[in-house]
Formats: sequence, C-alpha cells, structure tokens
Amino acid sequence: MALTFAVPRSSAAVKKPRGRAVRRNLTGWAFAGPATLIVIGLSIFPAVWAFFISRAKWNGIAPATEVGWRNYRLLLQDPDMIAATKHTLLLTALFVPGSIGLGMVIAIALNQKIRLIGFYRTCIFVPYVASAAATGILAGFVFNPQFGVANDLLRNLGLPQQQFLENPHQAIYIICLIALWGEVGFTTVIYLAALQDIPRDLIEAARMDGASKWRVFRHVTLPELRPVTVFAAIWQTITAMQLFDLIYTTTRGGPLNSTQTIVYYIYELAFQTQRLGYGAAAAYLLFLVTLLLSLLVIWYSRRRGSEVF
Amino acid sequence: MRWKLPFSPWHLLLMPLALIFVLPLVQMLLTSFMSSAEINQFPPKLIPTSLHLEGYRHLFAETPALRWFANTVLVSGIAVISHLALCSMAGYGFARLKFAGRGLAFVLILATVMIPIQLLMIPTYLMFARIGIVDTLAAAYVPWLASAFGIFLMRQFFLGLPAELEEAALIDGAGPWRTFRSIVLPLAKPALTTLAIITLLWSWNDLLWPLVAISDDHTFTLQVGLANFQGMRRTEWSQLMAGNVLATMPLILAFLFAQRKFIATMTFTGIKG
Repeated sequence: MALTFAVPRSSAAVKKPRGRAVRRNLTGWAFAGPATLIVIGLSIFPAVWAFFISRAKWNGIAPATEVGWRNYRLLLQDPDMIAATKHTLLLTALFVPGSIGLGMVIAIALNQKIRLIGFYRTCIFVPYVASAAATGILAGFVFNPQFGVANDLLRNLGLPQQQFLENPHQAIYIICLIALWGEVGFTTVIYLAALQDIPRDLIEAARMDGASKWRVFRHVTLPELRPVTVFAAIWQTITAMQLFDLIYTTTRGGPLNSTQTIVYYIYELAFQTQRLGYGAAAAYLLFLVTLLLSLLVIWYSRRRGSEVF
Repeated sequence: MRWKLPFSPWHLLLMPLALIFVLPLVQMLLTSFMSSAEINQFPPKLIPTSLHLEGYRHLFAETPALRWFANTVLVSGIAVISHLALCSMAGYGFARLKFAGRGLAFVLILATVMIPIQLLMIPTYLMFARIGIVDTLAAAYVPWLASAFGIFLMRQFFLGLPAELEEAALIDGAGPWRTFRSIVLPLAKPALTTLAIITLLWSWNDLLWPLVAISDDHTFTLQVGLANFQGMRRTEWSQLMAGNVLATMPLILAFLFAQRKFIATMTFTGIKG
C-alpha cells in the first residue's frame, strides 16, 4: 500500500520517479474529476456569473448595461421586495419553531412503547415523501371554500366558514400549516433518532434519584437534544426561506400579493418579466439573509453552550 | 382514587395526529375515483359511490400525463444512476487517493452547499440556452448528475471503512479501479442505498428548476405538468387528484415497502447533512 499511496510528504528526500506522481494524480482526478466538474461547474461558476448579472440591467436579449450597485439600491426601497421579505420572515418565524416543537413532541410520543406505534409512525412520515407540488394541489382541494373538507369540519363544529387561501389575511398562515404538514416528518425523524441515542441508564439514574418525569425531560433529555435542535433550526430556516413549490401550486403569490415570498418574487422577476439583473440581485440578497440567519442560529446556540459547529 | 384510562394517554395525541397526516392522502386517492358530480357537493363526500375512472380518462385524454410520467422516471433514473456512479467514485477519491488539488477541490465542493438554487437558476438557464439544451430533458437531469451532498456522504462513509482490506488488495497487485469495484463498492451498499433514496426523493419531487428550464409541455416532468395544468384551466378536481396520485403514489409505495431504509435515509440526512 505504502508503495502507491500513503508515501508521506516528508520522505520526499527519497526521490520518486516523476511518472508515478503523474499517474497518481491522473488516477485521483479520474475518480474525483467528473463529479467535481459537475458540482463546481454548476454552482461556483454560475454564482460568480450571477454576481455580474446582478450589476447589470438586462432582459436576456438586448445587450446588458452595467449599472453598478443600482439594482441593490433599488431593491432596498422596492415596496414589493420589502413586502416579500416580510412575508418570508413571517413564514420562517412561524415554520421554524413550529416544525421544531411539533417534531420534538411527536418524536417523544413515537418513542413510547405502546401498541399501534408502527401504524402511527407510518402515517406521520408518509406526507414527507409526497412532493410539495402535489401537496399544494391537494391543499387547494381540502381548503376549497365551497366544498372542501376544512370548511365542512368547521361547519360541524359550529364555527363560521372561512375563505382560507383566498383570504389575504389567512393565506400565509394556511400555507405555513401545509408546509408543516409536509415537512414535520423530517424533524420528527431526526429527533426520534436522537432520543434513541440517549443512554437509558442516564434517564434511569435520574429517576432513581427521585427526579420527576418533567425534571428528567428538562434537565437530562432536553440538553441531549440540543445539537439536533441547532441543526434542525438551520435546515428548516433554509427550507422556509426557499419555499416555492407550495406557493406556486396554491396561491401563486396572491391573493393581493399576500403570499409573495422572496423566492417567488425572484422567479417572477427573472422568468416572467425578464428582469434578469434585478432578479439576480434579489437572489444575492436572499443568499445573504439566509446566511445571516444561519449564522445567527449558530451564534445563539454557541452562547447557550452548545458546541456543534 | 384516580380514574385511569384503559389505554396509554399517548394514544390521545397520536391517533388524531396520525389521522391528520394520513387522511388528506387517503382523500386524494378516493377523490381521484369520484365523478365530478360527486366531488362538487357540500357537505363533501369522502367515499366514492362506485369506481369512477373519468378523472384518469380525462387526465390522459387532455394532457400528456403519461409522457410526463415517463419523463419523470427518466430524469430520476438518470439522477440516481449517475449519483451512485459519480459520487461514489469522487467520495472514494477524496477519502483515499492522494492527488494534487484534492484539498482545494473538496473545500470548493463544500462551499457550494450554501449557495441557494435561486441564485444559480438565472445563469444556469442562460448557460443551458447557450449550449442549446433548454427545453430538453437534458436540462432537467444535468444538474442532478452529481451533488456536493452525495460526494460528502460517500466520502464520510469511505473514511469510516477500515483501510486494511483495500491495502491487502493493493498488495496483491490489484489497481485502484479493481480495488474500488470489487472490494470497496460491495461494502458501501448501505451508503449507496441512502444516496439512491435521497436522490430519488429530491429529483422526483423537484419543481422549481424544471419549471424554469422547460416550457414545452411534452417535455414537462410530472410536477411541472400538474402545477401548470392546475393553473391553466377551470379545475376538474378528479383529474387533478388523478394526476396527484400519479405523482405521489410511486414514492409512497416505495416508502411503505422500504420504510426502514427511508427512515434511515432521513435520519442520515439530518445527522450528517
């Protein structure tokens, strides 16, 4: 083995024939090259290009004109962009804690040794494999104001009928609910794995010392779950910030733009109104906001004494 | 004396939750077999009176849904096969082989994870337009040929394998290719399964990118076809639900049959992703 591969660099004094180094590099790149080329070619290169596009006024056909930071300046005052940012942040602020809280509670419930647990687990995870597009179309049916099940349920409970996705004051909350339905399986699964990793004797020892169930949860279980929570917070923040499929198949940003998110706005700018430069600048702002939010989560968790990153 | 439930109180939480998660999907399936008259009733009916197939008939008559289905199968199939081949090779390269530029290439790959698709879609669209593959299926599957996540997953797996077996093979005179194919890959089955499932899930369900890259309705994937079909005309719910069944049932059935492997995959994404 040492002959071909792990020759330490310090032994360079022992002259190696040059052909062997060339062959070693060729072999390495033959293995790693194709995937590396695809990944870097389809991300680093376009990301750099997107930056140049974002500093231009361009409809994709006529020659682009370089406008410096003008697109970014305009975006910061663009009422549509400001509204889209508000909607995105509202969605994130509801979705992230919601999916973490629900995921944790469901995982704790699914970790009990009771009958039917396999059935419950299957039911709760199934929506996660259904596409967001199909979920959106299905939600349009369930929340249909005229003959949907949701209004029928309200009627049976004696509650007033609602417009749901057609009401600009409700639509975004309904979308958040649908997103939770589709994504909570993911946080549940990772919490369940984390719960099963907690050593049993840790919990039993605490119970022996006379701690109540709640205190065991608060002081033993919860700290053990913290790394997963930090990860879930970041992952779900990215998910919420990039929510598109559900909006496209339910409200398309409406009613009255009330569900227009940053991602949806970027899609409209670039591919409906052909404002490529402006759209690219909005995409860069989205990237920055996502990055900042992720760093914020990491900073907050560090301060709380968690050493995951 | 305290009154005691004859069953664990956890059922009071889990039973309603389980129903909330699964009933909409059951309703989707049942509605796809209803007639329009049955659907447009209030209060809504949940069980069809008899097996109406008009939803499916209309769907196949008015849209190229079977074509969309075939397109999706093709795109996902290529995505999975290519991921398995290219990411396992690259993962092995980064984990075990030494070559010039390895460190830099790997750091660059990791850095790409942070870049959102929305940032990439404009230049990627322009790039694909320039090489003339916009509006073809290639536009849909080329971005799925390999991914940073896949490379990272396979590299982590290979780093965790004991190197002795490979060393023995190399000493016996096997080249790196043979060692990889006949010693390493058979050991990597669990990681390859995870990679295949996650790639299938993500590529099958993808909407935004194929929506951007394809505008010819014979080249749509199922997700794009349904999303656009729903927006185009007055909604016939039985057709839409039939389309939804076509779009979701293959993955749901796969999930039901291989639940353990799917859950292991989701867990892995959560822990290593």
